[in-house]
Amino acid sequence: MALPTYASPLERIWHYAYLVICTLIFIFLIAPILLVVPLSFNAEPYFSFTEKMLSFDPQGYSLRWYDTLLTLGHPAPDTVRDSTWWALVWERATWVQAAKNSFWVGLWATVLATVLGTIAALGLSRPEMPYRRLIMAILISPMIVPIIIIAVGMSFFYAQACVPPDSVFATLTGPFLSEKGCLANSHLGVIVAHAVLGIPFVIITVTATLSGFDQSLTRAAHSLGANPRVTFFKVVMPLILPGVISGALFAFVTSFDEVVAVLFIAGPAQQTIPRQMFNGIREAISPAILAVATILVIVSIALLASVELLRRRSERLRGMTPQ
Amino acid sequence: MTTATTELLKTADGRPLREALAAAQARSKRKAFWLVFPLLIFVLLTFLIPIGYMLKRSVEHDGFSKSSPTLTAWFQANSDFDHMNPPEAAFAALVTDLAQMQATKNTGMAGTRINYTVPGTISLFKKGAREAGDMQPPFKAALLTLDHAWGAPELWYAMEAAASKWTTDFYQVATDRKLTETGWQRGDDKQRIYLYLFFKTFLVSGIITVICMLLAFPVAHLLAVLPMSKSSLLMILVLLPFWTSLLVRTTAWIALLQEQGIVNDALVWMGVLSDEGRLSMMYNMTGTIIAMTHVLLPFMILPLYSVMRVIPPSYARAARSLGATSWTTFRRIYLPQTLPGIAAGSLLVFILAVGYYITPALVGGAEGQLISNLISFHMSKSNWSLAAALAAMLLAAILVLYWIYDRLVGIDRLKLG
Repeated sequence: MALPTYASPLERIWHYAYLVICTLIFIFLIAPILLVVPLSFNAEPYFSFTEKMLSFDPQGYSLRWYDTLLTLGHPAPDTVRDSTWWALVWERATWVQAAKNSFWVGLWATVLATVLGTIAALGLSRPEMPYRRLIMAILISPMIVPIIIIAVGMSFFYAQACVPPDSVFATLTGPFLSEKGCLANSHLGVIVAHAVLGIPFVIITVTATLSGFDQSLTRAAHSLGANPRVTFFKVVMPLILPGVISGALFAFVTSFDEVVAVLFIAGPAQQTIPRQMFNGIREAISPAILAVATILVIVSIALLASVELLRRRSERLRGMTPQ
Repeated sequence: MTTATTELLKTADGRPLREALAAAQARSKRKAFWLVFPLLIFVLLTFLIPIGYMLKRSVEHDGFSKSSPTLTAWFQANSDFDHMNPPEAAFAALVTDLAQMQATKNTGMAGTRINYTVPGTISLFKKGAREAGDMQPPFKAALLTLDHAWGAPELWYAMEAAASKWTTDFYQVATDRKLTETGWQRGDDKQRIYLYLFFKTFLVSGIITVICMLLAFPVAHLLAVLPMSKSSLLMILVLLPFWTSLLVRTTAWIALLQEQGIVNDALVWMGVLSDEGRLSMMYNMTGTIIAMTHVLLPFMILPLYSVMRVIPPSYARAARSLGATSWTTFRRIYLPQTLPGIAAGSLLVFILAVGYYITPALVGGAEGQLISNLISFHMSKSNWSLAAALAAMLLAAILVLYWIYDRLVGIDRLKLG
């Protein structure tokens, strides 16, 4: 943005001051996240830069905190690192278990939220949808209602939501529920809780994509003899897919970052990365947390890049100018 | 000619057109509804019913009523008894129930229920229940000799209320009212912890909203006026924090702001601070406000940006050409056009801030806790009904804000990234 030629000296000074202010705010936004990365390579158990790190002495840096992620919870961390050692990392290491739990919970929650959310968004985008505003308000509310309220409600309800141990249902749902046959302390409980938290994001992104959707395309497909199923998969789906995928990514990140519901409804078997980090920060904060944080920053950069690419693709598909 | 116009319009198969249209519309309505139906059921089961359960918990507690059938019956028969001086029959009923509690090991639960409204009664109940089996009439004298506190009118008010499993007691406690000799009274001003914390939460959320607004405005404006190629690069700086894990960002602020952290180290190194004079910016309200501002700033920038981007620059130019100064142009022409963005962003940030839990829990220390943390505290102390009552009050506040947001901004205009 250039200054107009008629700008007075005072306006020029203000203009540069304004640019400095903006730069400072951008630094405020991004610096904390970037500072985590070099700190995670600290050779000392401190949360700040040591003298050696500042003078770029290689001895000030190490990968020991990344190593901790593999050895914490390992039954024999100091033995030779052969295939058995790595197998034990995969089976026993605390952070690896947390990562596996987070991934599976996130994946199933995302699938649930995306499938249900996309179908519902298709209905909500129809002009003839009855009570549209009210239903929309209900479906968006998991994003607005404080997570602590949701978690308290779920912890009451999931402890009661059990199947009788000797019923037919118990054999069907057994593996997904806790030992007592309840939603509390079970993987399924965490998955449905995270799915409901991800639904608003799917609804918002998919309805936004559908708002630019040209309904005459479906009519054209019908008039050319396509049945509703073919129309959906061949015409509608390819066009809204970018919106669906970015909604799914939002849902996955929501689940991957969620800790309050997990704290209230999950048992020790559902240890996730955020929960492990939360406990780590509360108890003894070690740079191992920063190593995890660095990995998560890299993951979020990858996710951001994919969402941006999808957004551009979606706008191109809908005939809008790419930005 | 006259007969043709008065006749109803019909479809090809001879039905009246109006009827056919209504049927078709009803069909498409049903179709649209069936698409949303599975999700509605899912949300009902996993979200609405749990919240309903929580609301029920806030008015229900059977810890005392379950194990006091005799006293409950007596209260029902004598609803207008003198609380200052309950008759012998009431004490007789109480002793019967106490003896029963001792036998079924329910004393703790019953005492805890009364303890919520009259603190310090658990031990009273335990002692009373131990002795109740051996007591002889007159029971009133026997109990009062055991402990004079059995005659306290607030205890009898509490037991009368707790004799029913449905109660508003927890809302009374959550609004800082105290049970006294004459029933529920407004509590001492110094002991108004819950309402004070609600007030503090709203105040802190307001402060954070204002800071976010002040920080977001210049940035959103810059992003809106820069050419697209440059602004999308800068946009990454806004979106990356948005996509980064909340715990990562909170951890980063701990690393920056704690006493041995980067900011303090840098200030000491530069000689601004002495080593003893390190600032305490973490584990207090300052830490909560700084970290929450950082977390919520993108939620303010994004709605502001989407409004600012479509403001035509020609209005400002017209104002300038008509002789307005740059300040007047900003105040009278530009700022009013950004108001929808300011309203949307502020409401969203405020709503999110009021219910925040993780950041205050991790960086707030003792002083920087908000209402969510108190709810969690009561959950961990198993005082579920009080936690539920506080959560219900918070929910009511949030729903009002959500309703205002819907009126002013419209939920379907919520955008992400």
